[in-house]
Amino acid sequence: MSVTEMFSYIQGFLSADHDVREDIRKVVQVLEQTAREILTLLQSVHQPSGFKEIPSKCAKARELFCTVQTQMADLKTKFPVEQYYRFHEHWRFVLQRLAFLAAFVVYLESETLVTREEVAQILGIEVVREKGFHLDIEDYLAGVLIMASELSRLAVNSVTAGDYNRPLRISNFINELDSGFRLLNLKNDPLRKRYDGLKYDVKKIEEVVYDLSIRGLAKEPEAGGDK
Amino acid sequence: MSNREGEGCPKKICDAAQANLSLPVIAAFKVFQQELDTKHDKYEHLVKISRDITIESKRSIFLLHRVTSLPDAEDALNEADVKLDGVRQKIGQIAEELRGEDIYQFHRAFTPGIQEYVEAVSFLHYIRHRSLISLEEINAKLVFMRTEKGSAEAQPHAAQVLTFQVMPSDYLLGVADLTGELMRMCISSVGNGDIDTPFQLSQFLRQIHDGFSYIGNTGPYEVSKKLYTLRQSLGKVEDACYALRVRGSEIPKHMLADVFSSRTTLIDPDEGLV
Repeated sequence: MSVTEMFSYIQGFLSADHDVREDIRKVVQVLEQTAREILTLLQSVHQPSGFKEIPSKCAKARELFCTVQTQMADLKTKFPVEQYYRFHEHWRFVLQRLAFLAAFVVYLESETLVTREEVAQILGIEVVREKGFHLDIEDYLAGVLIMASELSRLAVNSVTAGDYNRPLRISNFINELDSGFRLLNLKNDPLRKRYDGLKYDVKKIEEVVYDLSIRGLAKEPEAGGDK
Repeated sequence: MSNREGEGCPKKICDAAQANLSLPVIAAFKVFQQELDTKHDKYEHLVKISRDITIESKRSIFLLHRVTSLPDAEDALNEADVKLDGVRQKIGQIAEELRGEDIYQFHRAFTPGIQEYVEAVSFLHYIRHRSLISLEEINAKLVFMRTEKGSAEAQPHAAQVLTFQVMPSDYLLGVADLTGELMRMCISSVGNGDIDTPFQLSQFLRQIHDGFSYIGNTGPYEVSKKLYTLRQSLGKVEDACYALRVRGSEIPKHMLADVFSSRTTLIDPDEGLV
């Protein structure tokens, strides 16, 4: 094989690779759009009026997740499944966002930590790599960490809205998460960086709880209501 | 009042309870811990194999540089072949490690080693055949037979075929490194009074350079960086050929090396080796 032939073979490979990436990018853009819509929808829980509408907002978000599922199915057709990690960086960001949104919805509904299986089910993907397009564990954990900072914000805003009990529940939840993350041996990677931010979320929520308890506000909702 | 204090206390108790491993969240994170640790261990192991491959490949390249000055080149070439066989065994270990895994997930762990191997094996191929080794030829050598240890099935064919495929991008980057070695070979062959090799090399390098220009920036990001070094190497070799053509007929052979070395130091004092 001559040098020229070899290089034109490689060039053929590279342009095929380029085309696949282009296709993936298009689908990921659509996914990002849907993720933003869900985020906008859920952002309204920070409004004072939004607290009463949490169940309806969650139901709407769940509907939008159905759109995500079809878009995910579309993404799966764009490349051979065993080459997941070759193109991983294209959807890593949006997948983390979606994991966060799914975790947030589940938290708002039941105040529990979403499992990896649940996230995969909400997004219409698999948990283990062998079965197809899956949710990488690091992406799941990153999504959970994004939720932690969202919850610290929610704690502040729920006080403003007069819900003095929520911060206590959030505090317990975040503390549990924190001790969970402490079990992990993280390498010096983006996940580690994000985990380093968790302590600030913990601190912020603890301050809110402190403020509430020092004023005697952290009690049953009826007692907090007449303030 | 007692009620208010009561709010603070359960929280403390709750904190203590978090050390309790029976909580679902903690139990889940225990599983994550295991999964992440396994993944990191595998990655580290691959990095280690890749480093060994790099070292051994570098040694074969140094050995091959000695070929030009030795009387019996064939011996040295065979020795290099034996060394590279050892490297191939190590690549077999990578293949074993990656069995059932997504090769791209751990690609970053072993890409330096593979590039170095491509460089060494293509250098050997060039010295032997004066041509560029193709990707298929490299991959054809990376087929390993592994005897299955689990004899529970007691299959008649206990050996299992394991292959490793060099990725086109690794091949490309390895070939880019090869040009640096060829440039060094050109300079040293002039030192030995070999007049033909530099001209062959300059032609070959020009072909590779044209190939890379054809690919341009559609390739991986590192290619454009290596293209710059490739240009420098090509420039040096072309200058060498120029010097030989212009002054070669005038200068007695034993003095060629001196003329030449003074020229190259003038052109570029640093070695374009990356």
